Amino acid sequence: MTAETLLRIDRVTVDFDGFKALNDLDLALQAGSLTVVIGPNGAGKSTMCDTIIGRVRPSTGRIVFRGEDISRLPEHTIVARGICRKFQTPGVLAGLSVLDNMLIAAGDRRWWRAFGHKPDAATAEKAEELLTLVGLQDRRTAQAGELSHGEKQWLEIGMVVASGCELLLLDEPTAGMGASESRRTADIIRGLVGRKTVLVIDHDIDFVEQLGGHVVVLHQGARFTEGTLHQVRSNPEVASIYLGRART
Amino acid sequence: MIRLSQNTLLTALLLLAAVLAPTVLAPYQLNLLGRFLALALTAMGLVLLWGQGGVLSLGQGVFFGLGGYVIAMHLKLAGLGPGEAMPDFMVWTGLKALPVWWNAFANPVAALIGVVLVPAVVGSGFAWLMFRRRIDGVYFALITQALGLAFATLLISQQAYTGGFNGLTDFQTLFGLRLYSPAMQRGLYWLTVVIVALVFSGGRWLLTTRFGRLLVATRDGANRVRFLGYDPTPYKVIAFTLAAIASGVSGALFTLYAGVISPAMVGVVPSIEMVVWVAIGGRTSLAGAIVGVLLVNYAKDQISTVLPSFWLYVLGALFIVAVTVAPKGLAGLSTARLGRRAEKAA
Repeated sequence: MTAETLLRIDRVTVDFDGFKALNDLDLALQAGSLTVVIGPNGAGKSTMCDTIIGRVRPSTGRIVFRGEDISRLPEHTIVARGICRKFQTPGVLAGLSVLDNMLIAAGDRRWWRAFGHKPDAATAEKAEELLTLVGLQDRRTAQAGELSHGEKQWLEIGMVVASGCELLLLDEPTAGMGASESRRTADIIRGLVGRKTVLVIDHDIDFVEQLGGHVVVLHQGARFTEGTLHQVRSNPEVASIYLGRART
Repeated sequence: MIRLSQNTLLTALLLLAAVLAPTVLAPYQLNLLGRFLALALTAMGLVLLWGQGGVLSLGQGVFFGLGGYVIAMHLKLAGLGPGEAMPDFMVWTGLKALPVWWNAFANPVAALIGVVLVPAVVGSGFAWLMFRRRIDGVYFALITQALGLAFATLLISQQAYTGGFNGLTDFQTLFGLRLYSPAMQRGLYWLTVVIVALVFSGGRWLLTTRFGRLLVATRDGANRVRFLGYDPTPYKVIAFTLAAIASGVSGALFTLYAGVISPAMVGVVPSIEMVVWVAIGGRTSLAGAIVGVLLVNYAKDQISTVLPSFWLYVLGALFIVAVTVAPKGLAGLSTARLGRRAEKAA
């Protein structure tokens, strides 16, 4: 791979009073790649996300984003650098239309530019493009609060991308979704590959298969193995810690 | 044929009725109507701030009072006879000379500017201090209420400068014309109608801009807006300032109609009453707020004439009914009815 490394987790240990939620974890994300982290409950998946975003501090090791150590920065600074975490509960602006949500996410942040009706051409184009990407172009006039759970998630993914974020952390994006919604979510996330770097945490294997990215198996706070889903699956040791139990 | 929407037609008819009102109403009724329309400016400011911005202010009386006192100071100075150096109440309290800050409003143009500028400066400064520190919701409402109480107390305690409990009254002339001549009263009424119409259309425009949308977004989830990289502070400060200006102009016009401004009109109770108008009319609707002001104040006028002590109970009951039965006020009820009718038709 010639792509530059966007984020590197460099031998990070997170110690919760003797319990090592992350244990000497190494992980590198290439710019524009899609990485899926799986692992049994308690493997440290969510702690890893919390550590990247600055909610949890590593006891040892560091997190390097675009060549800079960010592991001691406050949370909002990390967000401002271009790392966004989408939580399981949708965070859309309920009182506004789908299009307005996207326009606000894509729009000018300076308040004195807010006194007008027409968004500037670049904003309108970006909002339109992302509406299409997340498949909500026909729902543009609907109130965001009245969307289905799945639609809200898609809208929010679109908004996070529109807001200029470089690395997306998606923690169980399909929680609470049906099979067809999950499939569409996978399509949307795949559509981001190449323009954004995406890290997905999930343990729904069907969904992981649809995503088709690089799979990392986390076990007891460390990287257990990695590869394509097929490679990971055919590893008998993985089956014994995780997939085996899930499959039988 | 030009097709007009039902709303446009209704607005035009109401505007026409408002303009023609002086031809049919008796002077007292006209004064009353003008007074209520002046109050509608405060209500429309609250729609922007509270209904759309989600910021409940229980201190709009302060800005109402600032506008009212500014114009009243001018009227007192303009009414001075030859040889009089200062208003009568200052002489009685033993003041030797007119305070400098009173002099600022001797000029009519300065007074008109002051009606807008004083509430704007006080409002934006206060709002910036609060919102910058993320003081919000109930805490903000309580602080604004305290502000109202403090302002009224200050006015009462500084009798030599403010006329104390009695406030400022006994006005004679405005811009060299007799304030209570019928022509002046009609002119004042039409001026009020024009200002209300301008604020109404300006408000409708503002609420559909990106600013209006961001205000609603902030109301629904300030943290989400922050998370998207916006700072909600300037949006809320602007909404608060505009509401303060609307209240200031409202207070100035009201003072001209009522012929008096006193601490009783700016404190805690009147400030809460302002919120009740909007709650009853519909806090997200500019038109609803105007209707709310007119209905509540007409009811107040009627009930207080018969049973003066009874009004506060009625006001309290109205507020409870509005909050429990119709959280979006009268405007919400009419939208719901229209919605049902549309469903039937479809």
